[in-house]
This record gives sequence, structure tokens and C-alpha cells, in this order.
Amino acid sequence: MTMIPYERLLLDEVTADPRVMVLTAENRGHMRNIPPMLGDNFIDVGIAEQTMIGMAAGLAVRGRIVVTHALASFLTMRAFEFIRTDVGIPSLPVIMVGMVPGFLSDGNGPTHQAIEDVSLMRTIPNMGVFCPADEQDLLLGMPHIIASGRPFYVRYTGQQSEIKHDPAFKIGKGEIVYQTHTVTDVAILTYGLMVHEAIRAAEELERIGISVKVINLKTLSPIDVTLLLDAVLSNALVVTLEDHFKIGGLYSILCELMVKHRVMCPVHPIALDNKWFRPGRLTEVIENEGFSARTIASRIRMALDNTSRSHHVTSVIG
Amino acid sequence: MNTTELQSTALRVREHILRMSTKGGCFTGASLSCADLLVYLYHHFLRITPDTVSQPDRDILLLSKGHDVPALYGVLAELGFFNVSRLDNHLEVDDHLYWHPNRNIAGVEFHSGSLGHLLSVGIGMAVDARMRGYDSRTVVILGDGELNEGSIWEACLTASALRMNNLIAIVDRNHFQANMRTEELIPLEPIADKFSAFGWNVASVNGHDFADLHRLFSAWEPCRDGRPTVVIADTQRGHGVPSIAERADRWFCNFTSSEVDALIDELHGHSEARLVSETLHVR
Repeated sequence: MTMIPYERLLLDEVTADPRVMVLTAENRGHMRNIPPMLGDNFIDVGIAEQTMIGMAAGLAVRGRIVVTHALASFLTMRAFEFIRTDVGIPSLPVIMVGMVPGFLSDGNGPTHQAIEDVSLMRTIPNMGVFCPADEQDLLLGMPHIIASGRPFYVRYTGQQSEIKHDPAFKIGKGEIVYQTHTVTDVAILTYGLMVHEAIRAAEELERIGISVKVINLKTLSPIDVTLLLDAVLSNALVVTLEDHFKIGGLYSILCELMVKHRVMCPVHPIALDNKWFRPGRLTEVIENEGFSARTIASRIRMALDNTSRSHHVTSVIG
Repeated sequence: MNTTELQSTALRVREHILRMSTKGGCFTGASLSCADLLVYLYHHFLRITPDTVSQPDRDILLLSKGHDVPALYGVLAELGFFNVSRLDNHLEVDDHLYWHPNRNIAGVEFHSGSLGHLLSVGIGMAVDARMRGYDSRTVVILGDGELNEGSIWEACLTASALRMNNLIAIVDRNHFQANMRTEELIPLEPIADKFSAFGWNVASVNGHDFADLHRLFSAWEPCRDGRPTVVIADTQRGHGVPSIAERADRWFCNFTSSEVDALIDELHGHSEARLVSETLHVR
């Protein structure tokens, strides 16, 4: 079986720094080949997320850097208190890599839907949250996350990259992945799997004369405040797009920042609102929930129409 | 082994525990049950002193049932990890001596308070020691009530699978959990059989008898077949102070200072203290 790039990355990290350990709660889908190559630096604890996190904390307090893996829903929820208490309180360098987050759980059903993971993880003091858009983004970011010396949650996305990312990765810095006009009408703020969908939606909107910029935030904690505030101040509409519950994710983060910095603009959240999604094949799930490029584009067009109307009303009253 | 010296240290540790059982109080009963155990381990088993507290190959002791930390504070103070007078700072917000252990106290290896955590943390620390080639031991003190937690048994399976023979769990079998006897709520017996079935080497000891503790721990060696060891230490909640011992309502105690004086007299063999303070529930 061919080694996937993520395996190569882990192998390189352990080779470069023997303090790095790779743990998994029997989640080997993304590491079929490397366990024997990692030797003692690899431990599979079995289907035991809590034990894995406790062990990781024990290893980290002794000076190691531990990259743990499990399905995102079980990692962030079953083991939440272990992450918060054993890793979070002492702020140990343990990386929690959550597999099949958001829509990527496709046919599994609500038990496996990690769509509150960002919300949960970002409440833990000093916990970083990294949500790569695709495999290339993941590979660019992981060495920085591992070297950060702090706890981090990684919302794993290993999808093929359709775009070229800025190779200069920096924790807390997002990137503009689509912009054709200096001045834009709409800014789409997004992360993870939705980045590529957002770019395709932007292309559709541009065809009907709406200029759009798409921002891939990469890390949601810390988040690129400058990029967010700039989007708020220079667009008629800001859209937050995420395969996550509306509560606690990017939409919440943006609202918190807008209040804190006393800036306002129309914001349209596209998120999972108070319900789990209907399971199925990934492309059909995305379509069915209204997160395909086409639907995103039409939701944005409508939101933009409503925005201009309400602006008009305001100005008449004013 | 100087039994008289151990006994007099244990007596002073119990005095410390009782002195922390006022002005806010502490978990007196659970602390008294493991006091002798901790005194013994720090004097004769664990290779750790105030001078080696940061040495990488030191032995590690973890209190997974963190609410018995007054016993650990007392032992660490008696051994000079910090000054005995610091115990007067118990529950002062500008120090770190509160109801559960934390690493701001010299000698405390990991924080606890939430039950069911430190067996897995201990596995991680024992794995690290083994990878570094140290012959150090990781000892995890578990409460018997704590065995209700599923994460303990999850960690037991993993420790056994990973052949962690440098790991020793000690169950402070004081027969009580917060509000009642363990066997009245979630019966644990036969505990030894349960650990044995999970692939552990099981030993039993009288947790208040220094000769028996010495018999067991002086002869302890890592199992050649890789099994981790569990020691079931038979103890008594509130041991040494009859008016607290084996009382379901003396889990968390916050006595008046005159009650504390009377309890210390009782500890020294005088008549039982007359206690008027009601059972107090932790907020």
C-alpha cells in the first residue's frame, strides 16, 4: 500500500525529533503503513479515546510531543473532559487530530457527526484549532502545529487540493484564496472542506456580476482578526460558511469580534442550524443540506438582495 | 525499617490532616485511610527525595483519588519537599494547597480531582520511562469508589496490552465512597479477581501495617511476563481517629478549631472527641 503524504509527514516529524509520538485509538485509516516504521514512537491504545488522551498527557508532561488520532466526534466528545482536564489545564503539547469531521462523516449518521467540535475545543483556554482546507493545507500547517508547544485540535481534511496555498503558513493567519476585483461586494469566510465549495460559488457569483473574495481561515483559534475585520469593513455582505453548528463556530467567532471591535455589517451565516444532517454519500449530503457551490451562490444572492432592500428601508427612514 | 519512626511520622501526618479539617475543611476520612501507605512508600519504596524531585529517572507517585491530598501534603512536608509551616496556608488563595493536588506543590507530579484520570496518565509516564531505559516505577493511588469509573477499566486493558510492568496501581480499599459503603452502592468484590481477569498481577496488603507493607513492597519486582501490578491495600476510612473512622457522614469534614484540638487528643489515645459539627456537603 502506498504511503499517503500525511504518513510521510508523521514519519518525517518523528525522524527529525524523537520526542514526537504518534498515538491512535485504533484509527489507522490514514496510517496504514507507518506503525512498524515508527517503532516505540507509535502506540495504538485500542478503541479508548479517554485512555489515549490521558496517556498523551502523561507522555507530554515528561517532555514529549504527542499527536493523537481518533474520529473527531469521539475524540472531542467522549474524551472532552480528558482533553480539557489533563491536556488543557497544564497546557501540554498534545495534538488532537479529529478524523472525518463535519460532512466528511457522510454516511455514518449523527453519532459520527462532529459538527460542534470547533465550538467545544475553542472554549478550552490556550487550545488552538486548525481546520485545513485540504491535504496540501494540512501538510503545510502540521509542522507548525507540532512545533507550537501548545495543545491543538486539528480538524483533519485530507481531500485533494484544487488550489495552491500560500506556502508561508503562520498560526493565526488566514489567506485569501479567491479574489478577482480589488473591491468586492461579498466576502465568504470559511474553513476546511467548505473552502473549495466557496471558491466555486464565488466563480458563479462573479458570472452574474457580484464580486466575491473567499478567505480560508486555517486556524480558528487563534484567528486572523485583521483579515476578518477588514472583510467586515469593506464588503456589503459577509458570509460565514461552515459544516458546523451555527452556535459556537465561525459565525459565533465573527459576532464576538464584531461586538468587541464595535464594527457592523450585514452577516449571513451558512451553517448547520440546530439539527444534524441527513447521512448519505458526501456529494449528496452537501447538495441536500444546501452547501453545494450552486446553492451557496443562490443563498448568497438572496441574502445580498435582502441586504440591499433593508439598507434602502433604513436610508428612507433615516 | 524503623517502624517506630514510621509510626511517629504517620502520627504527625494525621495531625496535619486534622489541622486542615477546619476553616473550610478537607476530605478527612479518605486522607486518613491512605496516610500510612504514603508514609511507607515515600520512606522505603519510592526513589524520590526533595533533592531528586526533578531528576528524570525518579519514581513517580500519582494520586488519582486526588481528594486525599492532605495526606500527601503532610508526607511531603514531613520529608522536606516544602516547609511544614506552609500547611497553614491550606485554602489560602495566594498559595496552591487546596482540596486537590496540583503541580505548584513540589513533589506533586500531576494534578487530579476528577476521578478516573491518572491511571491513563500513569501509563503515559511509564511508557516514557521505559522508552528512556529507566528502571523507575510509576505508582498510581486509586480510590475504591473510583473503580466505578469506566475509564479505570479502559486503562486497565491498555496497561495490560502494553505490558506495563513498571506500573503499580494501589487501591486504597477503605470500603467507603462519598456517601456510603462501596458494597451498598456498586459492589466491587471480588476486586482481586476483576484485576486478575484484566491481566494484572494482584497482591494484597494491610494498608495500616508497616511490617506487612514492607513484606510486600521490599520484595516487589516487575513481572517478567510484563503484567502491571495492582496492590489492594485494605484500609479503614478515618483510620486513627475512632470518632471519624468508618462513618459514612465523615467524608468531607469542616470542624471547629476546638473540635480539631479534641480530635488530635483522640489521635494520641485520649477519649473520643465530642463532635457537634454537622456533616458538611461540598459545594
